[in-house]
Amino acid sequence: MAAMTTTAPVFDEAKALEAVAMMMQAPQIAALGFQFLGVEPSVGRMKAPYRDDLVGDPATGVIAGGVVTTLLDHTCALAIKAAAPGSGPSATLDLRIDYMRPARPYRDIIARAHCYHLAHTVAFLRATAYEDDPADPVATAQGVFVFSGPPATGGGA
Amino acid sequence: MSEARAERLAALLDAIPYIRFLGMRAELAGDEMTAILPFAERLVGNASVPALHGGVVGAFMEMTALAQLAIAEPSMRQPKAIDVTIEYLRPAKRFTTFARADVRKSGRRVANVHVEAWQEERSAPVAFLRGHFLLSGTSGG
Repeated sequence: MAAMTTTAPVFDEAKALEAVAMMMQAPQIAALGFQFLGVEPSVGRMKAPYRDDLVGDPATGVIAGGVVTTLLDHTCALAIKAAAPGSGPSATLDLRIDYMRPARPYRDIIARAHCYHLAHTVAFLRATAYEDDPADPVATAQGVFVFSGPPATGGGA
Repeated sequence: MSEARAERLAALLDAIPYIRFLGMRAELAGDEMTAILPFAERLVGNASVPALHGGVVGAFMEMTALAQLAIAEPSMRQPKAIDVTIEYLRPAKRFTTFARADVRKSGRRVANVHVEAWQEERSAPVAFLRGHFLLSGTSGG
């Protein structure tokens, strides 16, 4: 093993933003109207604007849990790009979501995901969904994803 | 008996906008419900792979659990998800996806539900969901 990359990788924001732009074009993400908010090292943020056609409980006007599921899942994938901007597509292995409270009707939901550990092909993430205050979450998630290496560097993927 | 179930299921599917957004349907045989999610381009998560978005598969299974609870028990209010764990086994491809929910325990307040989703072969599931759901009529706040 060539012991060379012991220095902390520099966050290549331009590369991360390029990767993220691709991800925001996913048909389901466009269909849901999700909006990209930003990336920082190992962190991604995204917003689900409130929409009547995404309501899960017509008695209350609360957005469906499934929308929050997709928001959290996709924001996790975004955070992987923020942690490893050159990586290929990722796939969810498992995602655990705790729903603390119903989302507030007519309010947009923001998700923030943090990739807190990146192994060779596996990424470990935590994410939170909220309207205004991350300390008052609608839901939190814990996820494990697999991802492939940079698409251009040969190898199996 | 089973007519009432069918009515409750139809009412639920009609009433929830997000179910229409997904394009989800369901069929009932006695008390066994199979949820059906026809493939649609807008459900794809990554255009270069063409597979359903993982979130869509999770959401579909969550809705399947809610629908199964709704046909099992007549109630005014919809159950609410407390927590769900989704395990992904294979990509969901450009085929119709099916799901069945198994209510493992239905207590006074909380139900434990397992859901399995598959496409061409039930023996090759694409994903599982396990979750707890808060049943209506018992909440204090």
